[in-house]
Amino acid sequence: MDPAISIKGLTKQFGPRTVVDNVTFSANIGEVLGFLGPNGAGKSTTMKMIVGFLSPSSGTAEVCGFDVLKNPIAVKGSVGYLPEGAPAYPDMTPLSFLRFISGIRGFNGSEREDRVHNAVRITRIEEVAEQPIETLSKGYKRRVGLAQALLHDPKVLILDEPTDGLDPNQKQVVRDLIIEMASTKCIVISTHILEEVDAVCSRAMIIASGKVVADGSPSELKSQSGSGDLEEVFRKVTLNA
Amino acid sequence: MRNIKLIFIREFTAYFATPLAYVFIVIFLMLSGLLTFFMGGFLERDQADLVPFFEFHPWLYLFLVPALSMRLWAEERKLGTIELFLTLPISMTEAVAGKFLAAWGFSITALFLTFPFWLTVNYLGNPDNGVVLASYIGSALMVGAYLAIGSMISALTKNQVIAFVITTATCFVLTLAGSPIILDFFSAWASADIVQAVGNFGFLPHFQSIQRGVIDFRDVIFFGSIIVIALTANAIIIDWRKAS
Repeated sequence: MDPAISIKGLTKQFGPRTVVDNVTFSANIGEVLGFLGPNGAGKSTTMKMIVGFLSPSSGTAEVCGFDVLKNPIAVKGSVGYLPEGAPAYPDMTPLSFLRFISGIRGFNGSEREDRVHNAVRITRIEEVAEQPIETLSKGYKRRVGLAQALLHDPKVLILDEPTDGLDPNQKQVVRDLIIEMASTKCIVISTHILEEVDAVCSRAMIIASGKVVADGSPSELKSQSGSGDLEEVFRKVTLNA
Repeated sequence: MRNIKLIFIREFTAYFATPLAYVFIVIFLMLSGLLTFFMGGFLERDQADLVPFFEFHPWLYLFLVPALSMRLWAEERKLGTIELFLTLPISMTEAVAGKFLAAWGFSITALFLTFPFWLTVNYLGNPDNGVVLASYIGSALMVGAYLAIGSMISALTKNQVIAFVITTATCFVLTLAGSPIILDFFSAWASADIVQAVGNFGFLPHFQSIQRGVIDFRDVIFFGSIIVIALTANAIIIDWRKAS
């Protein structure tokens, strides 16, 4: 079977600046892959290329066997994507927003509604489902973004900083959700919070200056430092890059 | 088609989720009334037609339409929702068309709500309703052309005020392209052919010819091609500078 995500030599240049530099990896269903790296390392840009928002300067990205350049709509159909900051239309309610997404995802009639209610239930946003999104707290907004991303039960979930700016309780809710879905999906999350890797990831990639500088399970990465401390490894590999 | 319809519905209802729709419609109707009755001398003319009403439409649209179109793409950029919107399984054509049609549909709704003028003129006399219908169609086509240009310009920036100002300026030039102000500017240095080409781009002559009651195929093609060209450019611009 094809890997869920297969990236080869992915590169993105903005003018003279190389933001993502020849990134190659693949990931399978059942993996929770954490993109680690300092701010501006190219994590978000890599994700934006995988979901077909930005086109790569060179290299290829395949999701569920579809090439993102040749068949962008098939890729977008099989991915759930939470952009950084969980943008959503502020004057809509979560329900009307999710109904729109559900329709665009190709669901009709009662299934369209069922998908919406299921996503609302999984992400626990029932209480705020009929309030305008602009009035919601950060935690709820993030969960609306998650609901939107997993509404169509995609094989691949790309979550850009899903817990950034949340309080510890809200973080736990999101992490539990990720762990719950982990066995049936290929999930990629980006973060600069190292504790997150221990909490949810089965594999971590450290990205610095657009390059992959470390790749392995959290325990493999930890063993690279004498003290077994992930933070030390992170500093070591990102400062030299 | 299905995706265009879904985007249309979302965008169209978005106008009514904020006071924007109501403010727009009320101002449009009030200004139409004031201009028709006071500046156009609707009653004093003593003629059963809606010429003084339609005459002012290009000028009303000049600053009302950019207020409508400025948000189309600039707001998506500002809010970051463009990243969400364009990673849904839809084509660029569907995205651009859905948004444009919603704005156009909304403008046509506002235009439709001016029907009391039509009722009034029919109550007072016996107007040529064929001419009135042609003028309405002409006005709807013209507003579509303004909106398509506004949508294209909105795609260039995330600042809605900038989108508004540039759209107004562009539409001003296009509205007046056939008039002496613009033609004199060109005739000072350009050849007669160019001056004539510029003149042909004026919205006013095309609208005025439809207003006479004849829907000339060439005028329809004119506004139709402005819409298609502006929206094609719109899609290219979005594709080209998605990130910024």
